[in-house]
Amino acid sequence: MNLQLTDDGRLRHLLTLDGLPRAIITQILDTAESFMDVGEREVKKVPLLRGKSIFNLFFEPSTRTRTTFEIAAKRLSADVVNLNIATSSQTKGEAILDTVDNLAAMHADMFVVRHSQSGAAHFIARHVAPHISVVNAGDGRHAHPTQGLLDMFTIRRYKGAFHNLTVAIVGDVLHSRVARSQIHALTTLGVPEVRVIGPKTLLPTGVEQMGVKVFHDMEAGLAGCDVVIMLRLQNERMRGALLPSAQEYFKFFGLTLEKLALAKPDAIVMHPGPMNRGVEIASEVADGPQSVILPQVTYGIAVRMAVMAMLAGGTA
Amino acid sequence: MPASLPDANSLIARLAEAIAPALTPETLIVGIHTGGVWVAERLHALLGCRQPLGTLDISFYRDDFSRVGLHPQVKPSSLPFDLEGRDILLVDDVLYTGRTVRAAMNELFDYGRPASIRLAVLVDRGGRELPIRPDFAGLTLDVPPHQNINLSRLDDGHLTLTLA
Repeated sequence: MNLQLTDDGRLRHLLTLDGLPRAIITQILDTAESFMDVGEREVKKVPLLRGKSIFNLFFEPSTRTRTTFEIAAKRLSADVVNLNIATSSQTKGEAILDTVDNLAAMHADMFVVRHSQSGAAHFIARHVAPHISVVNAGDGRHAHPTQGLLDMFTIRRYKGAFHNLTVAIVGDVLHSRVARSQIHALTTLGVPEVRVIGPKTLLPTGVEQMGVKVFHDMEAGLAGCDVVIMLRLQNERMRGALLPSAQEYFKFFGLTLEKLALAKPDAIVMHPGPMNRGVEIASEVADGPQSVILPQVTYGIAVRMAVMAMLAGGTA
Repeated sequence: MPASLPDANSLIARLAEAIAPALTPETLIVGIHTGGVWVAERLHALLGCRQPLGTLDISFYRDDFSRVGLHPQVKPSSLPFDLEGRDILLVDDVLYTGRTVRAAMNELFDYGRPASIRLAVLVDRGGRELPIRPDFAGLTLDVPPHQNINLSRLDDGHLTLTLA
């Protein structure tokens, strides 16, 4: 049984892009397209989720992801409650399911869940009543499906289609739930060549089985790419001795103008943010004409609106 | 109930004649997707309207959304003008329960506060569930609830009304 889909194939929860049918991904992207103009109106709202209660359950802090989910829900006219559980009930020893049950008793309609442990959103989705939907807003190293979807939306907006692209994902793929979601989405949407580029210590063993080509040399990996997706490098990877230093990482795997010149002239540069300038990406690239990093943030709201609208609609 | 429905293109021409005296150069014409846009495009041309044509997709404003979900092919609304204080001619193909028109008016008000909204429909088939009536109707018919009136468009742009 696919936990994410109803018996008639509609979206029930959004937990991962792994195995999500291409038709559903395309429907989300198409629906997001129609939400794009809402943010530019006099009244930046549509009444679709009027009367619905959405709880942002963030067991791990993330200001930007939480904010974009909050804006998306509010633009759909939902009532939104933000719970930063790392600093409240969890410290009092309250179990996740107790929290969920309590919020369900307050007539929650949707949970947006961010958790440091892989599988947390699945765990909650298995537990909730049939009328409640769960959106995974990032779980451990496992998945970050809305980020993956907004990346696909960005690529489609700039490149038009997926069937003729070469896409490179650069950096810490090993610890990245974003990269995992991107790879699943890119392969499902028919991108013929997905490359991962990074040092051996930051690429998962057997990553080729996900249908990607592996490069440890950035110059070779970037050659002829249409899309370059940079990943955030977290500081603890330095302390964990997976890398010698930030400076050395930047020298070999940081995206500079010189390295970007090896990709196609019209290649776009993406980053899920927040960026470490001078570590994984040079400022000249991040702020340069090929960067689509800020549009990604804008698109993220439309994509999250689409996901929430599809989850909330047609539950009868 | 007539055995066959009148030609849609002739009805639109008749509708345009009825609307013309009430139209000012500043009136904005807005069609509701999908059939209403086809009718609005014709009226816009026949009436020689100088203002750009607006289109509305009311999918995000439907009152049955929680039961039926989103229509898979939502088309973005396009209102390429400021409608604050303007006179609007809202156009749809078939007026039935009135819920589509209600949704369209709600959406229009999210873009601004028009001075007035008038409603033009190709066919008023009766069966209203809300206190909404057309200002202009090409054809008024009593159609039983189990039957549908559909407007379709051929590749050459020809519009056809059918009763099913």
